[in-house]
Amino acid sequence: MNVNSNASIIEVQDLTRVFGNFTAVDRISFEVRRGEIFGFLGANGAGKTTAIRMLTGLLIPTSGRAEVAGFDVFTHPESIKKNIGYMSQKFSLFNDLTVFENLRFYGGIYGLSTRDIRHKTDELLERLDLAGVRDRLIRDLPLGWKQKLAFSTAVIHEPAIVFLDEPTGGVDPITRRQFWDLMYETADRGTTVFVTTHYMDEAEYCDRVSIMVDGRIDALGTPAGLRKTYGAKNVDEVFVKLARGGSV
Amino acid sequence: MSVTVKNIVKNHGDIRALRGITFEVTEGELFGLIGPDGAGKTTLFHILTTLLLPDEGDAHVLGIDVIAGFRNLRRRIGYMPGRFSLYPDLSVEENLSFFATIFNTTVEENYHLIQDIYHQIEPFRKRRAGDLSGGMKQKLALSCALIHKPDILFLDEPTTGVDAVSRREFWDMLGRLRVSGLTILVSTPYMDEASRCDRVALMDRGEILSVNTPAGISREFGRPLYSVTSGRRYELLKALRACTHAHSVFTFGDEVHYTDLREDFRPEMLESYLQQLGFDDVRIEQITPGVEDTLISLMSTQDTRDPIGDDNHGHKEGTNDGYNPAIKDS
Repeated sequence: MNVNSNASIIEVQDLTRVFGNFTAVDRISFEVRRGEIFGFLGANGAGKTTAIRMLTGLLIPTSGRAEVAGFDVFTHPESIKKNIGYMSQKFSLFNDLTVFENLRFYGGIYGLSTRDIRHKTDELLERLDLAGVRDRLIRDLPLGWKQKLAFSTAVIHEPAIVFLDEPTGGVDPITRRQFWDLMYETADRGTTVFVTTHYMDEAEYCDRVSIMVDGRIDALGTPAGLRKTYGAKNVDEVFVKLARGGSV
Repeated sequence: MSVTVKNIVKNHGDIRALRGITFEVTEGELFGLIGPDGAGKTTLFHILTTLLLPDEGDAHVLGIDVIAGFRNLRRRIGYMPGRFSLYPDLSVEENLSFFATIFNTTVEENYHLIQDIYHQIEPFRKRRAGDLSGGMKQKLALSCALIHKPDILFLDEPTTGVDAVSRREFWDMLGRLRVSGLTILVSTPYMDEASRCDRVALMDRGEILSVNTPAGISREFGRPLYSVTSGRRYELLKALRACTHAHSVFTFGDEVHYTDLREDFRPEMLESYLQQLGFDDVRIEQITPGVEDTLISLMSTQDTRDPIGDDNHGHKEGTNDGYNPAIKDS
């Protein structure tokens, strides 16, 4: 895969998903650029999860077109899965394995060689300040550290894009900021970060954000651009205006 | 006093969930317990709602001892747990009448208490509770917690995982309940919700760091706080952290909140430092600290402690390790 720095890493055109007579995602179109931190916002039930499941190759769309990391979501969902990282709110870590064992497991899943796993693991543990807890069981770690580790397992295979689904729920305000540092660093190295969050202040940290309402993308732009367009003080106000048609 | 808590200690095995909690809540107050996961909020609620025995200390709710008087107390409290705990296979109205029945009352008798909230989900009263959206589940759970006319309401993280708009609506509902004179204790990990409370307790790792009004919490910050902005946000953050006079540097949305170690600090000093580094669009202004600023500051002064809370492990990594700078000692 050869992607130059201006290219889109995600291209979505009129992507739609229908369940029975309910249209969960309704002809959404957008692009995400390489190395960008892209915030994917929306109220509960707006269709974010369905959209993310299509972009990560887990759900075949009803119609439209989408390419992720150069692969078509209809024809090559398995190639997409190999080239992206995914971290869910629930952290898919094994509580009874150590920090190192979890990394080794995910490295193996992504097909890394034993040598690469050792090398990448050392590098990640060093960079994320987890070297001191390499051999501790996951269940003994505080939430903030689990979160950093869950992030590490999502990027161990150096994916082009990492999808983060509400990665900072429930963590303390200092840890939450450390996690955003990690995202900045990751984007700085060229990995695209696609993130959902309910913390509206975090939306301000993104390069661009989109806001989904009832299956559609009703707004897309830089936080500053959206504030200006909607005459709002912050993205929170933009969100409230869109999600409830101006009431509140 | 509606709630009196003295030196409550609770350990879960090795984990010191509550390390000596003391506070009071007056009648009719909307009182917030604010803190991240692991602060001890749920454990505290379990003790106050008579579901869990403390290891040490004592607690009274509505003047009743939570241990000796648990039977009486259970009739008089409303409790909405953090996890959705209604019957998913029962319909909306079946859930509501179930909870009314076990408290020997009827939906009709106390309908006026829940009308404001329940009418929003009434069109779906035949739907299975398990099929409701997140926001509707939350409204049903609140209705079920209120239907027996409790004298005090405990809400454990009612807004976690709920979108920003539904969160606002929920707090609007709580505001209206508060006007009716009901005492409400509510826990949340969202700092911005503190401003909706009469008073809040900031909690972290089993301790209360401060109890105050939202405005009082801001005054506890104790240093001049500056907001710094630039179009080059990440570079700005790194430059501020590299400044030898920086006391604290934290991102807040598109701003960086900054405090300085120097007694004679003026914003122009920082401006010229940043200009030398090539920032030509910097804006610096002094601002009033918020609850989140104060919590971060209080947490940072505590971070020499073992993060797991088990001092026998001998690990001394604070959660701020490698974070440059979190807050420097001054």
